[in-house]
Amino acid sequence: MTDVNRGNRPLSPHLQVYRMYITMVVSGLHRISGFGMTISAVLIIWWFIAAATSPEYFAVVNGLLTSWIGTLVMLASLYGLCHHLLNGIRHLIWDTGRLFDVETIDKTAWFVLLGAPALTLLVLLIVLLG
Amino acid sequence: MSYKTDYARAHGWGSAHEGVHHFWVQRVTAIALIPLTIFFIFPFANALGGSYEAVRATYQNSWNAFIAVSFVIVGLWHLKLGLQVIIEDYVHSKPLHLTLLLANIILNAAFGIAGVLAIAKIAFSA
Repeated sequence: MTDVNRGNRPLSPHLQVYRMYITMVVSGLHRISGFGMTISAVLIIWWFIAAATSPEYFAVVNGLLTSWIGTLVMLASLYGLCHHLLNGIRHLIWDTGRLFDVETIDKTAWFVLLGAPALTLLVLLIVLLG
Repeated sequence: MSYKTDYARAHGWGSAHEGVHHFWVQRVTAIALIPLTIFFIFPFANALGGSYEAVRATYQNSWNAFIAVSFVIVGLWHLKLGLQVIIEDYVHSKPLHLTLLLANIILNAAFGIAGVLAIAKIAFSA
């Protein structure tokens, strides 16, 4: 598009100009959780490689993932997964053109924000008690 | 200047010149990941921290191995698409932009292949 002037258009106001909305928080957490799960993916695949290699190597990686810092990372991963999953479903519903009015969007944002820690606890309970 | 209309030049192409393909694959992988996540998370969470033998027994089960391999492939594919958007949004230096886009493809493919081989090796060792 060489004949189109792309340099002199008005810019939208910067993020910091806006008052904080609940939808901004949920949207930001969606991206952060997705980005953060890169680390989870690397750790889990490393764990599988260790389990396929030898008992000694597995003990090292399994020990690292279940150390206190490893447990913290895995718990954060589970929370990130729950947020990304719930908000992902919200996005898929939007893709069908539904639930777009402002009031509903705020409600579903709160549902995701509060539902993610609740779902995290539910999964933990099932794993620990099951 | 070409004789094409502005509409014809833009139709079907985003700024990445690949149309809606990225959007579509992101949605398809997202939908697939909903059941895959549910089926993957519980055997994995139970196996994590267990003994070497117990973990191997979990993934010597054909169903668990099938789910884990599918989860790794579809999950990393979805991750590749998401990281690509983050790079496109925040990295404006052209050389770094291209380097990261390439690294994103290569690393996700490498980790995906390594993960699939590892799970397959356990599954076929029964």
